[in-house]
Amino acid sequence: MKVSIQRDEFDAGAEARALSRDTPAVGAVASFVGLVRDRNDGASVYTMTLEHYPGMTEKAIAQIVDEAKGRWEIIDCSVIHRIGELRPTDQIVFVAVASSHRRDAFAACEFIMDYLKSRAPFWKKEATGEGARWVDARASDDAAAARWAPTPTKDRAA
Amino acid sequence: MKVRLLFFASLREQVGSAGEEIELPAEVTTLAGLRVHLMARGGAWGSALGDERRLRTAVNQELATSGATLRGGDEVAFFPPVTGG
Repeated sequence: MKVSIQRDEFDAGAEARALSRDTPAVGAVASFVGLVRDRNDGASVYTMTLEHYPGMTEKAIAQIVDEAKGRWEIIDCSVIHRIGELRPTDQIVFVAVASSHRRDAFAACEFIMDYLKSRAPFWKKEATGEGARWVDARASDDAAAARWAPTPTKDRAA
Repeated sequence: MKVRLLFFASLREQVGSAGEEIELPAEVTTLAGLRVHLMARGGAWGSALGDERRLRTAVNQELATSGATLRGGDEVAFFPPVTGG
């Protein structure tokens, strides 16, 4: 399992391939990349600066991954989140899950993203055409995390 | 007892501090008590910590609710709802 909080750019393709290269049991890798958009809440975004809580961030992500492992068959996974100043089209976040079958890989990848957005201590500040502002948490992100059943349901069918 | 406070994001800007060591009066033993104690400083403290819906807290790097009991040496963080990903 790889968890990295970093300023530098990452190669999503290489990161996804690394999950299966030496592991023939992997039959599916599902990955997600989040990007900086050029517009948010009606304003042009020039830069986005990401801050986090060092120490808690790594723990929170490890807990989210552990929870995913209790729900689905995960052979390996990778979570990369960038911090510092980013610009539109820059990659912010990468989540990839390797599993035997696609269903577990898809579901675990989406679950980790949903939980990361509502539980990992990151904050975004935008510089926009209307000045600098902290991005507000969205109720839809809490709702996305809440839709996952609280009890583990391991479903191996694919 | 002494605890270490941390403030992040908009909250850090509002109170003008990233953190501090603080000696708590004997009657402050919970997260809720600490919040009230800090709000009593007045000014930006009252407004920054006043709206519970826009406040999240962690004790020793784990999310915690207002009833959490504090111990000497704890790291207590106050921050707005998270917006990563």
